[in-house]
Amino acid sequence: MLRTLLSGDLPRSRMLSATLLVVFIGLALAPFVVSGARSLNVAATICVFVVLVASYDLLLGYTGVVSFAHTMFYGIGAYGVGLALTGMGPSWTAIAVGTVGALLVSLVLALVIGLFSLRVRAIFYAMITLAVASAFAVLASQLSDFTGGEDGLTFKVPELLQPSFHLLEATIMGRAIDGKLITYYLLFFSALGLFLFMLRIVNSPFGRVLQAIRENDFRAEALGYRTVIYRTLANCLSALIATLAGVLMALWLRYVGPKTMLSFEIMTDILLIVVIGGMGTIYGALIGSALFILAQNYLQVLMGQTSAALSGVPFLANLFHPDRWLLWLGVLFVLSVYFFPTGIVGKLRAGTLAKVDRRP
Amino acid sequence: MTTTQMTLADAELPKVRVDILPLLIVPVLALLMLPLVGSFPTWVTLTVAGLAMGMMVFMMASGLTLIFGLMDVLNFGHGAFVSVGAFTGTLVLLPMKNWVEADSVLMNLSVVGLAIVLAMVVTGLLGWAFERIIIRPVYGLHLKQILITMGGMIVAEQLIHVIWGAEQIPLPLPETFRGAFIIGDAALEKYRLIAVCVGLTVFITMFLVLNRTKVGLLIRAGVENGEMVEALGYRIRRLFVGVFMAGSALAGLGGVMWGLYKETLTAAIGGEMTVLVFIVIIIGGLGSVGGCFIGAMLVALVANYAGFLAPKLALVSDILLMVTILLWRPQGLYPVAKR
Repeated sequence: MLRTLLSGDLPRSRMLSATLLVVFIGLALAPFVVSGARSLNVAATICVFVVLVASYDLLLGYTGVVSFAHTMFYGIGAYGVGLALTGMGPSWTAIAVGTVGALLVSLVLALVIGLFSLRVRAIFYAMITLAVASAFAVLASQLSDFTGGEDGLTFKVPELLQPSFHLLEATIMGRAIDGKLITYYLLFFSALGLFLFMLRIVNSPFGRVLQAIRENDFRAEALGYRTVIYRTLANCLSALIATLAGVLMALWLRYVGPKTMLSFEIMTDILLIVVIGGMGTIYGALIGSALFILAQNYLQVLMGQTSAALSGVPFLANLFHPDRWLLWLGVLFVLSVYFFPTGIVGKLRAGTLAKVDRRP
Repeated sequence: MTTTQMTLADAELPKVRVDILPLLIVPVLALLMLPLVGSFPTWVTLTVAGLAMGMMVFMMASGLTLIFGLMDVLNFGHGAFVSVGAFTGTLVLLPMKNWVEADSVLMNLSVVGLAIVLAMVVTGLLGWAFERIIIRPVYGLHLKQILITMGGMIVAEQLIHVIWGAEQIPLPLPETFRGAFIIGDAALEKYRLIAVCVGLTVFITMFLVLNRTKVGLLIRAGVENGEMVEALGYRIRRLFVGVFMAGSALAGLGGVMWGLYKETLTAAIGGEMTVLVFIVIIIGGLGSVGGCFIGAMLVALVANYAGFLAPKLALVSDILLMVTILLWRPQGLYPVAKR
């Protein structure tokens, strides 16, 4: 049963299984375990980022293609729902229309960019996507009549998902069953579904071809696989899933804006998470996102204390300033590309393999 | 390089065909825009503004394209050198405030010159360290190069925050560089003319070094076929380091010029330029300095004309230009033979 659900790609490491289980249970029970809006927000962000990062890993880790347009697709999803809900009022039809429209736009864009530039070398594709994505971000922030400009759009969601809605009078474990909770579980189960779907993809014959292309595209081509088509397919698939992640995020925040959806910082966040979590492992996205988002929200507190303790020393105090958390993650990123390119998950799995080898 | 100079020794060799079509685009584009813009003085102002911006972009992009051509390394962190250069410039420009504010061309020029020299030395040394620590272990591995140089960029940007603080730094133009010359009805901003002069000097120097010196010959040979240069007994790795340092120093120069042009500094100044720089080197053909020069001029001119004629279109003019050029020549204006 479990093997089927995970598509035969088990964690293969006791430590990894334990961590995954902790994160999974933590996310599943988050509304009942943690208190306060901020913590729930952290949990919801982790759910969305797991999907977003895993879909990026499909491209980077499994196919070996570097794209900088992933936030663009994420933003298309978010703006699709945002625009539809603003224009058509809060209804489920609006969400459906927005989602389908966004998926179509993403599909066409991914197809065009892919066919246009995936024939050439990886580096070329990286540069083209960077240019297209930045143009898209500029457009979204400048066409203010349409997208709300820098301020973005705030919109209403259907009644069932509104925080003021109460499904039951009673509370469960001291928690009111309100719209926020329902939205959270919508996010959680969608993320879970998409996660398992991606696990299925990478362990299918199609996924194997992608990995073959990553390892040696010349050889894959020689074996009779049209690498351009496989790369473009992977690109489209990953774009579509990123779009869905954007939809989920928009529903959670009830807001879309260029800063939260399209900024380049999100792109660097995704890159950091994929590499630190482990490229070429969907599980890496889960562990990486959980670690990163927690660090983003709570490391700063710790750094603030360190900085205060070092306030006498001028340079060091700046080095540990709460706003400089990205510096440390950047250093960690560079080190992990060198010393453990397979990331946390790869490291944990390698540990298990070594143990198996040592057995007589 | 298609514009190989002939020497007596190889006079019998068939003449290298000079591909002049791309060279014509820039003047043709400028002339075509004249009737569209309508008034001649406005057109002159727009063209000079475009050329000035193009020169500054060229300074930043030339190093990157040369590094790519020679070492097959695309440095996604190149923008960091631009930022570091600009911020290093403030180390001279801010303490020597009275030289900047003085109403004397000589004092202004010397203080800016000093800032540029310091910025170039610092970014050159930083480039040496960057090549050594960040890039050397990943030669030949494209995926890792992209990731690692992105990481280097993030770290460098954050370190700028640590050293110079997170606030914007105002960087006023020197007194005598302000204002404009009025010729007829056309206003030519002085600083833009200075930028054009500096840019042209850089371009001509680079052109002469690449085409008339032994080092330049080796670099061009290295771009075409690195293994062969090594087989002939030259240490191509030293060449790599030298070119990397020179490219980084040029980015630093571009950073100072660009910072003075914008008159405020943020750590993201280099990151913001990265996209433009990439578009320029794609248009020019990866690895080609001449193509990079034309690309920079084209991008900046089109941005200026579009900004005047159709402001909404200006937002995506770079991308449209790139797509158009790539439809015409998929490898860029001057494709480098090997790729």
